Amino acid sequence: MNLLLAPLIVSLISSLLASLIVIVDSIVNNYGEVNININNGKKILKVKGGSPLLFTLASQGIFVPSACGGKGSCGACKVKVLTDVGEYLPTELPFMSKDEIKENIRLACQIKVKKDLNIVLPEKLFNVKKYKGKVISLKNITHDIKEVKIQLSDKIYFKAGQYIQVVIPPYGKIKQSTQRAYSIASPPSKNTEIELLVRLVPDGIATTYIHTILNVGDELEIIGPFGDFYLRDTNAEMICVAGGSGVAPIKSILIDMFEKGITDRNVWYFFGAQSEKDLFYLELFRNFEMKWKNFRFIPVLSKPQEPDKWDGEVGLVTEVMARYLETIIDKSLPKEGYLCGSPGMINACESLMRKFGIDKVYYDKFA
Amino acid sequence: MIPDLNPLLLFFASVFTSNILLSNFLGMCSFISISRDFKSSNGLGMAVTLVMTITTVLNWIVEKYIIVPFGLEYLRYIIYIIVIAAIVQILEMIIDRISPNLYISLGIFLPLITVNCAILGVALFMQLRNYSLIQSAFFGFGSGIGWWLAIVLLAAIRLKVDKAPVPAPLKGVGITLITIGIMAMAFIGFAGMINVQ
Repeated sequence: MNLLLAPLIVSLISSLLASLIVIVDSIVNNYGEVNININNGKKILKVKGGSPLLFTLASQGIFVPSACGGKGSCGACKVKVLTDVGEYLPTELPFMSKDEIKENIRLACQIKVKKDLNIVLPEKLFNVKKYKGKVISLKNITHDIKEVKIQLSDKIYFKAGQYIQVVIPPYGKIKQSTQRAYSIASPPSKNTEIELLVRLVPDGIATTYIHTILNVGDELEIIGPFGDFYLRDTNAEMICVAGGSGVAPIKSILIDMFEKGITDRNVWYFFGAQSEKDLFYLELFRNFEMKWKNFRFIPVLSKPQEPDKWDGEVGLVTEVMARYLETIIDKSLPKEGYLCGSPGMINACESLMRKFGIDKVYYDKFA
Repeated sequence: MIPDLNPLLLFFASVFTSNILLSNFLGMCSFISISRDFKSSNGLGMAVTLVMTITTVLNWIVEKYIIVPFGLEYLRYIIYIIVIAAIVQILEMIIDRISPNLYISLGIFLPLITVNCAILGVALFMQLRNYSLIQSAFFGFGSGIGWWLAIVLLAAIRLKVDKAPVPAPLKGVGITLITIGIMAMAFIGFAGMINVQ
């Protein structure tokens, strides 16, 4: 009897106190309806107060980029808050520079919406949405790169060259959902079906999932579009450099230009790969070369397996590009650089391009 | 048997002559670390006083109407702590709402009031000394005020000590412990005036 009584009484007291907490919580943490004024009246959201700003915005369909999912460990969800929301929290300070503190930049996942807020968000975030997708095709285009086609439930509007984040669900030993960024390889004219190029990274959580677990017909969530890598509307000559799966955004940009009839710009497209087995989409780009007289496609192999048969350039893509800039490409014309590939390749290309006086160099570094 | 003590006298005793901090040395961790900042000390003192008063009264009721009738004396510590934890949780929400700046400056020490030994200590003394409900309320409130007084005094002294030429090896916690020792001796001067046992 006594044995039963003790746990019964203790749980009775606990549940009484717990319900007291719940009642107080619903009274004290009830901030009622709160207005969030974004960009000085551009958009006003009526929301329920009490939750962190990041989740409140997400519930209204505004996705501030966040790699850790609101745990305060990545520091990506920086938002300018004009309203005084109190002192900086110890969890925010490690991610803030002095200038950011002066500017009132806060971490959206750490500050709670308690009163009317005035915040500033980049315009392009309004366009970012979550989409439900279905894999409609998976194709190996080289030994380690897969072309993934995803049918979307809703139309996506993006600029050629931008990227999306794919939500990778937990699988096997990976217990937590993660997100990874991939550039869209298809042109913006196809707005219900996007194409991604995914290179298998040994032990990569997302690439392993896409290469070995994902099947045609599977559902996949994507968030986007993001990024500053897109075609600038100028007349400058374009120097594009892609390595491996970095072809994706450049392919999107080139098809987009071709569809829109922007074929009067000079385009030099350098594509770097290791050997013949890493080459893909050759026909597509050779085809462009035939139809588009200002377009030059230069595939570069660093280690061709059959050097006798390979009639293209040999060496590192950066070296070949430098040689072209030095001897073949007209130096007098203004130029823009468009880069996509490994961080190492991007850094090397950028510093080389700056040496040749090209100061407008565009890329998204998320690898 | 309920001791024959005037509740007001008990209140006075628990503030000065048998200060929970300086005569029983309970609740030292937050006492030492928070006293670095005067404003936070004041806030924490207020929070401790509030929690101590409420939990002592609540625990007295729980003791009298639940623990003793059902013979659960062996679960006393657990039940007391559950009550304290719940009250702290509620207080945390209220402080967050009323004064976000105090909430931020108290930081981790606010939830840590749950395991502040002074609070459990007061509840256990209340039971051990057989206080009545009124006596317990004054005892809890007085002990809280006593703790508050002690931390505010120490914070004030530390403000002075910060400017004093303290020998290098004693800087920080060292000189703080010495200060507390001297404070305790001063308070012991009152001891014996009133017998609270």
